Amino acid sequence: MSAVERLHVDWTRCDGRGLCTELLGELLAEDDWGYPVSTTGEVAPAVPRRLQRAAHLAVGECPRMALSLRPAP
Amino acid sequence: MTALSFPSAPAGPPPALLATTTSRRRLMACAAPDLASHLALVGPLPDAARLPGVRVAELAAEAGLTGRGGAAFPTGRKLASLGEAVRSGRPPVVVANGAEGEPASSKDHALLAHAPHLVLDGLALAVRAVTGAVGSSAGGAEAHLYAPAEVVRTLAPLLVERAAAGVDEVAVRSTAAPDRFVAGQSSAVASAVAGGPALPRTPWPPPRLVGAGTAQRPGRPTLVMNVETLAHLGLLARLGASWFRSVGTDDEPGTRLVTVSGAVRTPRVAEVAGGAPLADVLSAAGGASEQLSALLVGGYHGGWVPFGERAPHTASLPHSGSALAPWGADPGAGVVIALPSRACGLRAGADVARYLAAQTAGQCGPCVNGLPTLAEHLEALADAGAAVPSRQHSREGLARRVHELHRVAGLVDGRGACHHPSGSVRLVRSTLMTFADDVQAHLGGRCLAREER
Ligand code: SF4
Ligand code: SF4
Repeated sequence: MSAVERLHVDWTRCDGRGLCTELLGELLAEDDWGYPVSTTGEVAPAVPRRLQRAAHLAVGECPRMALSLRPAP
Repeated sequence: MTALSFPSAPAGPPPALLATTTSRRRLMACAAPDLASHLALVGPLPDAARLPGVRVAELAAEAGLTGRGGAAFPTGRKLASLGEAVRSGRPPVVVANGAEGEPASSKDHALLAHAPHLVLDGLALAVRAVTGAVGSSAGGAEAHLYAPAEVVRTLAPLLVERAAAGVDEVAVRSTAAPDRFVAGQSSAVASAVAGGPALPRTPWPPPRLVGAGTAQRPGRPTLVMNVETLAHLGLLARLGASWFRSVGTDDEPGTRLVTVSGAVRTPRVAEVAGGAPLADVLSAAGGASEQLSALLVGGYHGGWVPFGERAPHTASLPHSGSALAPWGADPGAGVVIALPSRACGLRAGADVARYLAAQTAGQCGPCVNGLPTLAEHLEALADAGAAVPSRQHSREGLARRVHELHRVAGLVDGRGACHHPSGSVRLVRSTLMTFADDVQAHLGGRCLAREER
């Protein structure tokens, strides 16, 4: 079993353009103001295996470099 | 303004007071304007041979000392937590944080005005703990005092005095803290002492590992400690862990400073035993000056505890994290505000929510957008109970706002670089819970507080 990763948003960077919610719609939705909010209810959602590639893509594509994947503690 | 109740230093030998086991006046018994009277009062700190750095952290852990800036993190663990970062060769920065951005708190200011040397002793011990833990000398370590500009100005001669007397291994520099609610958040403090803006940043990696830097470009490991925590450390190092624990309860050992304001006879900063009944905390400020309905415990990021005729059982409730948790409160930085029965709790909650919304550092979307939304809904709900509402409110519209308050609170909670959104949400949720009867009354255009008058 590989270690679980969580998707974190650096809120001081994110400007809510919503690219990530398109690339990773299963895990992220737009909140009332357009900022990504996890669909799981967690602040930093755990990324299921089958979404790992999409999550890495979203991290790489975020124009503000606001997303990061970190091993769950 | 809050009256301060620190006495000035008596002349003569160290008071037996400090060594007696039951006195609740500890920090407050240490008021001394200059180094000589401070040393006459409490004696010198044990030197590094008698109290090496590792022992400082152990002592704090044995005493059960926790942070008094609000987060209540165990001090022993915090002091030991820099070890790895310091071992990597980056000299640490230790900060005495007296920013006290919370408008209802003045205990840090009072402490720095009356017993500044005790705080600076604690800072010296914290430096010893983080450098001594790795067996290095203090070489390259920095010690900072971070406090409002006028405090920094007043204390400047003291720093000179200590440097001349050679009491500190590392000379203390000072940095002025801006007057802003979030300026005391530890990542903002780490940034400020490194010469940056006093703004919070995403706390990963934490400042204790990288200071104001990032994972890619780490700065110096930075330890931020509240000034009251340091003052306790300064006494504890002299008198020991069992002395510390001889007052207070098992889960809240020692004493703590509280700022008691609102409907009390003598609003003031007082020192109380940890876990003291809430009625005793009020008595330290002369007791209630009129009939109360609730206490705001823990400050603007805290929670409302029903109090007085409506809730006679809470008078004996301990001022402790575990006892206050059901109301979404904890002692926090020691703030207690007494709300009179004739004041509407929803109005009070809305006023605090509006203040908090204005204090976002403007960096994080959910905080910047969510807090004003919460304040607006809470204000409308409060307005509906006014004798002459500023506009028409329908029951359905108000019920929708209550629903929105819960929903938006869930959207804001945890989604910011600092604790501000979570703390603000806690206040809003606690307002809705503790004043649930008031919410029902307001939905029907009535107000329980108005009916009290
Ligand atoms: S792509 Fe980046 S900047 Fe855009 S909403 Fe997502 S996290 Fe924010
Ligand atoms: S969470 Fe709010 S107060 Fe904290 S840094 Fe972000 S915008 Fe500023």
